[in-house]
Amino acid sequence: MPAPIRLRELIRTIRTARTQAEEREMIQKECAAIRSSFREEDNTYRCRNVAKLLYMHMLGYPAHFGQLECLKLIASQKFTDKRIGYLGAMLLLDERQDVHLLMTNCIKNDLNHSTQYVQGLALCTLGCMGSSEMCRDLAGEVEKLLKTSNSYLRKKAALCAVHVIRKVPELMEMFLPATKNLLSEKNHGVLHTSVVLLTEMCERSPDMLLHFRKLVPQLVRILKNLIMSGYSPEHDVSGISDPFLQVRILRLLRILGRSDDDSSEAMNDILAQVATNTETSKNVGNAILYETVLTIMDIKSESGLRVLAINILGRFLLNNDKNIRYVALTSLLKTVQTDHNAVQRHRSTIVDCLKDLDVSIKRRAMELSFALVNGNNIRGMMKELLYFLDSCDPEFKADCASGVFLAAEKYAPSKRWHIDTIMRVLTTAGSYVRDDSVPNLIQLITNSVEMHAYTVQRLYKALLDDISQQPLVQVSSWCIGEYGDLLVSGQCEEEEPIQVTEDEVLDVLEGLLVSNLSAPVTRGYSLTAIMKLSTRFSSVNRIKKVVSIYGSSIDVELQQRAVEYNALFKKYDHMRPALLERMPIMEKTASNGPTEIVQTNGETEASMPDTKHLPLVTQPANQANDLLDLLGGNDVVPVIQTTLPTKPASAGGELLDLLGDLSLSGDPAPAPSVPISQPPFLLDGLSSQPLFNDTSAAIPPMTAYSKNGLKIELTFERTNPNPNIAVITIHATNTTEADMTEFVFQAAVPKTFQLQLLSPSSNIVPALNQGSVTQVIRVLNPQKQQLRMRVKLTYTHKGSPVQDLAEVNNFPPQSWQ
Amino acid sequence: MMRFMLLFSRQGKLRLQKWYTATAERDKKKMVRELMQVVLARKPKMSSFLEWRDLKIVYKRYASLYFCCAVEEQDNELITLEVIHRFVELLDKYFGSVCELDIIFNFEKAYFILDEFLIGGEIQDTSKKSVLKAIEQADLLQEEDESPRSVLEEMGLA
Repeated sequence: MPAPIRLRELIRTIRTARTQAEEREMIQKECAAIRSSFREEDNTYRCRNVAKLLYMHMLGYPAHFGQLECLKLIASQKFTDKRIGYLGAMLLLDERQDVHLLMTNCIKNDLNHSTQYVQGLALCTLGCMGSSEMCRDLAGEVEKLLKTSNSYLRKKAALCAVHVIRKVPELMEMFLPATKNLLSEKNHGVLHTSVVLLTEMCERSPDMLLHFRKLVPQLVRILKNLIMSGYSPEHDVSGISDPFLQVRILRLLRILGRSDDDSSEAMNDILAQVATNTETSKNVGNAILYETVLTIMDIKSESGLRVLAINILGRFLLNNDKNIRYVALTSLLKTVQTDHNAVQRHRSTIVDCLKDLDVSIKRRAMELSFALVNGNNIRGMMKELLYFLDSCDPEFKADCASGVFLAAEKYAPSKRWHIDTIMRVLTTAGSYVRDDSVPNLIQLITNSVEMHAYTVQRLYKALLDDISQQPLVQVSSWCIGEYGDLLVSGQCEEEEPIQVTEDEVLDVLEGLLVSNLSAPVTRGYSLTAIMKLSTRFSSVNRIKKVVSIYGSSIDVELQQRAVEYNALFKKYDHMRPALLERMPIMEKTASNGPTEIVQTNGETEASMPDTKHLPLVTQPANQANDLLDLLGGNDVVPVIQTTLPTKPASAGGELLDLLGDLSLSGDPAPAPSVPISQPPFLLDGLSSQPLFNDTSAAIPPMTAYSKNGLKIELTFERTNPNPNIAVITIHATNTTEADMTEFVFQAAVPKTFQLQLLSPSSNIVPALNQGSVTQVIRVLNPQKQQLRMRVKLTYTHKGSPVQDLAEVNNFPPQSWQ
Repeated sequence: MMRFMLLFSRQGKLRLQKWYTATAERDKKKMVRELMQVVLARKPKMSSFLEWRDLKIVYKRYASLYFCCAVEEQDNELITLEVIHRFVELLDKYFGSVCELDIIFNFEKAYFILDEFLIGGEIQDTSKKSVLKAIEQADLLQEEDESPRSVLEEMGLA
């Protein structure tokens, strides 16, 4: 068999291949030749063959059949063989291969070889890819070599020890004695690797850290010598003496000085010296400065030193080299929390970095800018950030928009400014805002009572311009639905009120419904807004028509809404005003937390227990009066069962759909990132337990009403976690021969109570006790007063409407105590 | 610590790969492919640093070759640039004005130099002279292995 071709020749041949297929063919041919050569157990050419195999492996071809050959090469006496063998081992034989352990013995022998270059090969291989088992077996040998006086071997042994410790941390102890005089070495290689070893040990073990703290003075001295010593050609890099060693020492000092006052003090001077004396014209000097800054910020340095460090970072920001700017921004981001004022001084430079061309720099500058926003600089910063939002890449827009919203929420100097800022974000980056922005914004707008007219006007104008950005459109539709009356009445104080008619408004909303640009969720918003306007506008017929058309929409969600709204027009028209009235002010418990909906009433005093005092939204007087009349007098708070027919992207705070099921039917609206999507009922803010898990002693049921064949029985439960809440279930039964249809149960409680009515199981009470209507009432009674209730019942019986009032006073004491 | 170092050409051909952590072959290939794509897409004006997965990537282009290192969160990127530069200097001194072809045809030597410079991702010796001397000596040892045969043969005395 002819001698296998040489490595260089193979490389040359393969490079002549013009196509991938041609290359593959050559490789396969050569692999076959190599395989048969291996089979012949030819010592002479094994080395050459493995080398070729390694080349082909680098090109991406499989080379596993060469693994054992590498082992044979390692075992050979020839240095050339060993060299290639160890290289092959490092490339092909990592710890995942079963055969790798066969190396252990060879390595052991070679660690004790007479030639230091062989020993070096073994140390290198072990230090790069030794598995835990190998490390365990050979740690002793490494430890021995760590104590040798041969600096060539000692430096390698130190790094090998680092690898051993990384793989088998328990073995750290055995290297401790050998570290005793490592730092007294003159050889820079040994010094450098020793510092690495010490660093590794200190990072992994608090005991080691304590033990090695005493080395701080010695380290300081070495560092000082490096800085003060004259030109040393062997270790010089652009005029700086051994920057690699300097950086490593600084890093070790950082670890030693962390949370230790004495050590930190001992290194104060040298840090200041390095910080002021290092040449900054080249990257290498800046690398040292960078490490110094990191160290200063991490140890317990005095404030003067810290300011020095931040100023260095500030200077970095002005450096032409973008790499330097990059690390500066990264470091500033880390320190902005702890040294906020110092970083503030560099704010304008940071803001300038927003205009940098490099994406990573821009991102960091943006993050840092948001971290620096405060009440004093909000206006200026926001201007810059909004400008950035306009012009930045799409990948930034979402984060930037969120950041702007957050900052605006925290520091807005005025409501108008806040709304304007939001408008700006929605119009410029409207499609990038996060899903949860929409409910948050709606909440914000609702709470800015005096700005309603201004807001709805601006949003309306924005809609006229552009209906493609969904979040903007959604918020706008919601606002128009809510405050459309303010829009047409031209009530805006903040700016020139626009003249717009009801029809024009409805045109816009209907336009959203039919537009291809609108997402299904947006259509839902729009339909609901139209519906809400039925109580605010006079063109009810038009609205009725729109709603009925969508009753047969293909989109199930729209269809359902339309059908329900239709029903609202037809059968529940008397409830429509109450249902569609203004949203009450929403109280935010946390910026992303569940919202407590505070039930409001038509009266302006807001003496709600457990809730903060809020200015009430002026309610259309008529429907509130219905219930007020019902209950007569001011001592009883009517419960307006305000359920929201729409579910604005399920932020916390949804009320139940009156006409829907008891459970919140899965809203197809994009489930936002708010994990707290459990519907927090009014009283839920006080306890997050599910409703009916109470197991308290049974409270006796009672009959609340019994007249004309209609009987209402009450059963009770006390939800355990909050003893102030009583859960009452009414059971309505009908002993007459005719069904009672359109049955509606309403209740009111005294002012110190709060009450919530959930949806009834149905509104037909079947005749002859064939079934019952049940409905759940939750009562909050924090003052533990005696429970009283006024009820109003309406139903249709044998074709004629019936209405009745009653008072219920005989509640069992356990239900309210 | 440095997790790995890659050398690749502008055309996406791998010229050297050194891994300092045990990684499956398949994962290595995937990472190399991905990283090459990311780095080759960078424009000249951009910084030499980028974030990739949970690592920091430090890369620098020397003529037709990209030198790319992956370091961990706490590592100093600026000094990593210096490490890369030192390696290039070593190659340059050894090969005499090194170019990509040198590394292609003598890849095993490039590895030997790297292994004399770094172990486990850390610098063994900060002296250029020292590293080069060690390589030189090792090369001599290699020649001693081979030379007895070939010299005599060449002289026609074998």
